Amino acid sequence: MAIEVRIPTILRNFTGGERAVDADGANVGELIDNLESNHEGLKERLIENDEVRRFINIYVNDEDIRFSGGLDATLGGGDTVVILPAVAGGSF
Amino acid sequence: MRYDSLIDSVGNTPLVGLPTLSPSADVRLWAKLEDRNPTGSIKDRAALWMIARAEKEGLLRPGCTILEPTSGNTGISLAMIAKLRGYRMVCVMPENTSIERHQLLEMWGAEIVSSSAAGGSNEAVRVAKRMAEEHPDWVMLYQYGNPANADAHYESTAPEILADLPTVTHFVGGLGTTGTLMGTGRFFREHKPDVRIVAAEPRYGEIVYGLRNLDEGFVPELYDATLIDARFSVGPRDAVRRVRELIEAEGIFVGISTGAILHAALAQAAKSVKAGVRADIVFVVCDGGWKYLSTGAYGGTIDEAEQKLDGQLWA
Repeated sequence: MAIEVRIPTILRNFTGGERAVDADGANVGELIDNLESNHEGLKERLIENDEVRRFINIYVNDEDIRFSGGLDATLGGGDTVVILPAVAGGSF
Repeated sequence: MRYDSLIDSVGNTPLVGLPTLSPSADVRLWAKLEDRNPTGSIKDRAALWMIARAEKEGLLRPGCTILEPTSGNTGISLAMIAKLRGYRMVCVMPENTSIERHQLLEMWGAEIVSSSAAGGSNEAVRVAKRMAEEHPDWVMLYQYGNPANADAHYESTAPEILADLPTVTHFVGGLGTTGTLMGTGRFFREHKPDVRIVAAEPRYGEIVYGLRNLDEGFVPELYDATLIDARFSVGPRDAVRRVRELIEAEGIFVGISTGAILHAALAQAAKSVKAGVRADIVFVVCDGGWKYLSTGAYGGTIDEAEQKLDGQLWA
């Protein structure tokens, strides 16, 4: 069951320029391993010491996984995963 | 209510119920109307606290120049207070912010240095830090790392909410400098630890995330993830949709970032209904919609509004 993963501009060199790719996994950790098998090098840019890198945010259905189970956050069909670099906020 | 001066009237904003958008008598939404502050945004609190602290510590003296990276509201608040206290104000602001924000800053006497649209507020922070090095006599209050920013909410916003609504169960705020959520979160962790703290952060168009490398990413120095229980990323489409719902159902006219916060608040309300638990969910109205009319978010279809906001720093 494919899950859509949106890739930020800065990491599209790993996906041949694709803005979104499909991947599989029962949780985010498995999904990233699956991504790595098709897009070598991507995992190292997302994960460090088994945690999401400091300047990377991963969202499942718009919710930051750091607050919903981390890499163990479960996934199901129809879920959307968004990967974004951390940037300073807007009107502040 | 009577105050000695405009600055003294910061805070003590109304908390109003949302009788139509609240899902039930047991799950209620409440809006903290921060647009009622003197310059029309929640940032009056942070600006006042940061300036008062710097004055007390002797950093700011009459005639000083204040420098701040800001895409609008904080700069406007600082400019108002700086004008009344006799400071010069210089703002570093991304060029892709609305014309109203430029005009308001200029009216309160601020000088504006534009930073490039690519990189958004990150770039403004970088430019401001460089300028601070070049002008060691200037005072950069630096809202992203200044504890007085969070303290403003620890000492005013959060206690006001608890006093007005002792049954509060959730607080939903915008995540930018993180000051609102850090101060409010710390207050509730200490005084009513069962209150859940929910963050809504704006998700922009791609240009804003156009970093050259990941090490350029930015997490505000104030941010402490242990003070937050959930964090939602909200795109312009949902934000605009909620802005329109809020005015249609409750008559409340808000800025686009507040639409994003309401979106997270309604998601929380739906979770509480599903779980069958009572909830009093307070969310922040950061500012009114006035400064964003020119963005195109308030007219036409949602599709058109979403398209117009692409590439703008809409929150």
